[in-house]
Amino acid sequence: MPQAPVGDAAVATPRRSHPLLRYISIRFLISILLVWGVTVVTFVVTNLVPTDPVSAVLGEQAANNPEIVAALRAEMGLDQPLLTQYWLYLTRLVHFDLGMSAQTRGPVAADLARAFPATLELALFVLFFSVLLGVGLGMLAALRHQSWLDKTIRVLSLFGISMPVFWIAMLAYYVLFYQLHWLPGSGRLDSALIPPPTVTGMYTVDSLIAGRFDLFTNAVSHLILPALVLTLFTIGTLIRFSRSAILDVSQQDYVQAARAKGLPNRIINFRYILRGASLPILTMSGLTFGSLLSGAVLTESVFSWNGLGQYAYKAAISLDLQAIMGVGLLIGVVYIFTNFAVDLLCGLIDPRVRVQ
Amino acid sequence: MTDFDAASATTPGASATRASTAQTDAGVTIRNLTLELHGRRLLDNVNLDIAGGTITGLAGESGSGKTLSGMTMLGLQPKGSEVSGEILYAGVNLLEQTEDQMNRYRGTEISVIFQDPTASMHPMISIGEQLTDHLRYHLKLSKKQALARAIELLGMVKVPDPHLAVTKYPHQFSGGQLQRIAIAGAIACDLKILIADEPTTALDVTVQAGIMHLLRDLCDTLGLTILLITHDLGVMSGLADSIAVMRNGRVIEVGSRFEIIRNPREDYTRSLIESLPNRQARA
Amino acid sequence: MTEGTMTIVELPKQRRLLRLPYAWRNPLAIIGAVIVGLWLLIALLAPWLVPFNPVAQGSDRLLPPNAVNWFGTDALGRDVFSRVISGSQTSIPVAIVLVVVSLVFGSVLGALAGFLGKAVDEVIMRITDVVLAFPSIILAMVIAAALGPSLINAVVALLLVSWPQYTRIMRSLVISLRGSEFVIAGRLLGGGVFSSLRRDILPNVAAPMLVMAAVDFGSAILLLSGLSFLGLGAVPPAPEWGSMVSDGMSNFSAWWIAAFPGLSIFTIVVGINFMGDAMRDALDPRSSPRSRAMDEED
Repeated sequence: MPQAPVGDAAVATPRRSHPLLRYISIRFLISILLVWGVTVVTFVVTNLVPTDPVSAVLGEQAANNPEIVAALRAEMGLDQPLLTQYWLYLTRLVHFDLGMSAQTRGPVAADLARAFPATLELALFVLFFSVLLGVGLGMLAALRHQSWLDKTIRVLSLFGISMPVFWIAMLAYYVLFYQLHWLPGSGRLDSALIPPPTVTGMYTVDSLIAGRFDLFTNAVSHLILPALVLTLFTIGTLIRFSRSAILDVSQQDYVQAARAKGLPNRIINFRYILRGASLPILTMSGLTFGSLLSGAVLTESVFSWNGLGQYAYKAAISLDLQAIMGVGLLIGVVYIFTNFAVDLLCGLIDPRVRVQ
Repeated sequence: MTDFDAASATTPGASATRASTAQTDAGVTIRNLTLELHGRRLLDNVNLDIAGGTITGLAGESGSGKTLSGMTMLGLQPKGSEVSGEILYAGVNLLEQTEDQMNRYRGTEISVIFQDPTASMHPMISIGEQLTDHLRYHLKLSKKQALARAIELLGMVKVPDPHLAVTKYPHQFSGGQLQRIAIAGAIACDLKILIADEPTTALDVTVQAGIMHLLRDLCDTLGLTILLITHDLGVMSGLADSIAVMRNGRVIEVGSRFEIIRNPREDYTRSLIESLPNRQARA
Repeated sequence: MTEGTMTIVELPKQRRLLRLPYAWRNPLAIIGAVIVGLWLLIALLAPWLVPFNPVAQGSDRLLPPNAVNWFGTDALGRDVFSRVISGSQTSIPVAIVLVVVSLVFGSVLGALAGFLGKAVDEVIMRITDVVLAFPSIILAMVIAAALGPSLINAVVALLLVSWPQYTRIMRSLVISLRGSEFVIAGRLLGGGVFSSLRRDILPNVAAPMLVMAAVDFGSAILLLSGLSFLGLGAVPPAPEWGSMVSDGMSNFSAWWIAAFPGLSIFTIVVGINFMGDAMRDALDPRSSPRSRAMDEED
């Protein structure tokens, strides 16, 4: 509990903008530092892998030709000391050169540009609904603490977090596609349709931009099943977490003080309680987004969703070094900047955070 | 801690006599108040007359039921409590009011200020907004009107630079200032009864005097009725006109300030007074 | 002071006591314990419980559940019920090992970081941060793929990914305890870092860390089966629940092949989570209505 300073002197404060700017810059720099750390980790991990990157890129015949091999090794810098290789790696990164993928035989950067938006689309869709429903239900449960509604919500969310995501996916696939034929089971678009011109890479957004409403509805219909599965998967944690955060806040003194002012429940619940819990809930939402991006692997494989998860999986089993490094780097960077965005929002919402 | 001699420090307010049973308009009469929670009797037939326009002190140790009595006046007793008796204010039994009806009293005619002003304010909402949200709700004021009123109130409680203060956040103020701000919020809508729950306990000794002066001033200028709940008889003796002592959920002695401090009848009261230099630690 | 308030006031330094008696009041905890207990029993007695040889292929393929094959047979004629039962011998012990090792490793690191502070703390926490910044499933996939598909390699991969959470929590617990009077007194009385850790810190962190481990047990099972589902864990024909579900993908009409293993995973993880929740509630003094009532007495 903060100690009251001796005397009644007013605490001098700088103007509001400065602490916020300083806070943002510091978080930004830390983010850059962490990104650097991730490049080191990706580099180290993939260099520990006991495979020969050259043979992964070349075909069989070329691999038997020592001259070609030597030339490629020189070009890839494989005969250089590790540190130099790392430096080369960093310089290429700055030019968005992530190397060539062994399995697709194309630049990794291009592969990622194709695969990432697919997962992003799914993740954003899911994030929106699971945060809305998750926080909403969690708040409902917390405010009706110990009631039957609370207990039911708690048990259901417990079920939610106990289900293996691939099992939910298969159940959904089986019931809603295989048996009932209500929704399409695979891909992002009906195979007969051509995707809209690429602006963001997300079919839903791009089809709207291109004015193709038919494509839009088709893309959405394909989105529903995997989104449903992932929402069920993430909502459990969000419900439990926000319930607990809101319960904590509702026991705070300032909530009792607000009640003593005669404010109606509507204002107390949203302006006081929800705002008080906003920081942990925001942080949790950020973490959820991060886990959606990477955890989609299992769901994507069930629904043949050509996103990052599928790409990462194929890269992993074929030990496509460049691709793996690319994926790891991309997801790591997105994680870090998601955290940065969350920190930013927290700084905006809670004035105490900026003082740190 | 400061041993407030009854004759010095504060200007004497309304003369303190043994509490009369007749209730004035702004006073509160508590009759046979009993409260049970989870099968335990926490308040046992509490009878108390809080005379209008005076400062009545409610003294006792932790667990005596003094805070509980204060909270019950506003209908803020813990969920699941079984309450019986009467709390009469302005011809109405507050215990029989519905939640909506009670809400109309809260923050307007009857307010509370709490022990820890830092914890009683929402850390993410500006002082201006926290001072005015109940104003706007109860009195239907516009944002501008409410802000003007907030600045005016901050001036009344002597918070420096009110125009700047309304834009600041609780963590930018000291404990003493926050308590003043809390008082400002309490008196905002034509306050009649102020329940002050350990208002100075969490504050530095040098700051306590300021708050006590403020409370005395407001009582005199605004004609407030103040229920001062504290375990600190030193503070009590400097501020209260009449004192009631509680123990284990019962009122065991009632009298004027002079009577209680100089001539306590009960042994327990005497032991409380004798232990004055030792402050009982509260979490 | 009434007697009731005493217990709350006197507990400041040891507020993390696991008051087990309260845990059992929760009916869900009992259900959870029963479920987990049953599965542990099954895992122990599996070889004696299976009616058929789980890896023996047969000619009766893709039979729906019937009186002989309670859970039906799969594409290779193997009895699904037997496979599910012996699957418990694969998943459960392995998950336990995973949790215990990452708990111990992560906690030791976290304790050292929290207790020794400064440089040690910085280094350990930066490594933790970077590992945590990396998507765990991807990292686990890569390591498992690199090492080759096998159960042990999957465990190693998951270990490398799971220790940071323990380190973080342990570190913050240790930091909050480090300034306590009894810890400072203990160090002044002599004895090195390790004896201080063992004597003063350990009893106070054991409870929350154990609760975390108990809950993590459920995640371990989910992760292991997830990796196996992708083909990176247990090698066929070994019966593992995750890979059994993935088998079911190729024979969709035979829903029983995927349904029952998945159900097994679900039930044991639910049981674990019921227990974990009850334990967590028992840890937290605020969540019990009795202690809150005591605060109201003043």
